[in-house]
Amino acid sequence: MKKYIANFMKYKYLMTELVKKDIKLKYRRSKLGILWTLVEPLLTMIVLTVVFSSIREKSDPTFPVYILTGRLLYSFFSSGTKAASKSIRSNSGMMRKVYIPKYMYPLAAVVSNFITFLISLIVLVGVSLYLRIDVTVHVLEAIYPLVILFLMTLGVGMLLATLEVFFRDLEYLWGVVLMLVMYCCAIFYPASMLSGNKQIILDINPLYALIKNFRNAVLYGVAPDFGALLYAGIFAAVSIIVGVVVFYKKQDEFILNV
Amino acid sequence: MAKKTALKVEHVGMRFNLNAEKVDNLKEYFIKFVKRQLNYQEFWALKDVSFEVKKGEHLGIIGLNGAGKSTLLKVIAGVLKPTEGTVKTNGKIVPLLELGAGFDKQYTGAENIYLYGALLGYSKEFIDEKYDEIVEFSELGEFINVPIKNYSSGMRARLGFSIATVVQPEILILDEVLSVGDAQFKKKSEKKIHSMFANGVTVLFVSHSLEQVKRLCDKAILLEHGRVIAKGDVEDVAAIYTAKLDKKKRERKRANRRIRAELKKQAEDAKQRNKE
Repeated sequence: MKKYIANFMKYKYLMTELVKKDIKLKYRRSKLGILWTLVEPLLTMIVLTVVFSSIREKSDPTFPVYILTGRLLYSFFSSGTKAASKSIRSNSGMMRKVYIPKYMYPLAAVVSNFITFLISLIVLVGVSLYLRIDVTVHVLEAIYPLVILFLMTLGVGMLLATLEVFFRDLEYLWGVVLMLVMYCCAIFYPASMLSGNKQIILDINPLYALIKNFRNAVLYGVAPDFGALLYAGIFAAVSIIVGVVVFYKKQDEFILNV
Repeated sequence: MAKKTALKVEHVGMRFNLNAEKVDNLKEYFIKFVKRQLNYQEFWALKDVSFEVKKGEHLGIIGLNGAGKSTLLKVIAGVLKPTEGTVKTNGKIVPLLELGAGFDKQYTGAENIYLYGALLGYSKEFIDEKYDEIVEFSELGEFINVPIKNYSSGMRARLGFSIATVVQPEILILDEVLSVGDAQFKKKSEKKIHSMFANGVTVLFVSHSLEQVKRLCDKAILLEHGRVIAKGDVEDVAAIYTAKLDKKKRERKRANRRIRAELKKQAEDAKQRNKE
């Protein structure tokens, strides 16, 4: 373990360079640049609010925050796993010439997405203040779902990165899976809309468990649902273990297949 | 005289699976898996390669195309993991292989100095300190703030060379890169490499040019079909290589002569037939 940490410290600077590169290049040559991390979720929130407010019976002034919380967490999971799964292939040129630990690539992809995600939380703060959401002490508990979300994305991302080296099809397949996950996350419909046994769709979805806890913390100002947190935490732990083990077993074959 | 070992390669073998057709989608894989048609053809690019390089020695690696020279360098650089055997290195390796391969095209020259430097394992402080030296050596001037995608290949190679050679490595891997940029820069880069030689660096040099190898190296190994067939003093190994080349040339000449005779015969036959 000590050896791994020492090795990571050696490449720490490379890690920051890779993360910096991802963030810098993402919005380079666009006029608004990094501001897009704020503008994009704001616009999406407005569109979703306008579209889905009409199908709700009673109007709820906090609905935009409801949408925004779900949407931000989901889009980090989606972009993070996508970027990680492509990271091995898109860095194949580098990988062929210089030796660096290969987990750097998916890790950098997830970290850079996490940083842009954290920046985009500014929008959430702004909208919450504008709509006068009561901020309670529970807001601090938002840290739990965020940490679990990061680990879950990294684990799933590493697993996908490994599999995608051998099967390109996964890129498209994963896009479809993500869409399914999105509809099962209660992003733009109230969770109570699913009645009776349909509720199980939300219960088994670890990403929804995180969104729910995040909403408890920042929107409703109530204590976390520890059952859901534990479930998501276990899911994240399992995905990290599986992701890392599969990645390590297969990493020496990457270069022969990219 | 017991000099320290800089590099030890022991029984290294590198196997590639050549599948007749590439299976990279799930459907095909599944069908093939069920039909048990997933057989590969094995190909050993390197087999049982062992040698040792002492500190400060210059080793030339020679062989025909496809003998496994580049694969061997990649294994030593740590990019490829050998199927069997071990490689032990002692000290910092700087591979001057395909310069600037880690560059990002959208990044400017200046940003790439930091990225590529980080890839080669430099620290930020070190790059900060050496930044001016790198820019000056690369002679890029104002272009350092232009995205790399607008560079000529010579400019790119110059920048890559300047970044890679800013450290004093213990082991230097050269793959016929002594020809970087224009004549003037070439001279400069050769001078830089020679100054590294003077500092007692261990060198691994790959080239087709026997002349260059003889000039730069004192030891050599000869690879053929992934095996070491000769090693030792550079003159001896070069002599074996020359003999092999000559033999091959003679064989080719003989074959050419045979083909020419055959063609001539056919032409005459055709003429005969036309007459009839």
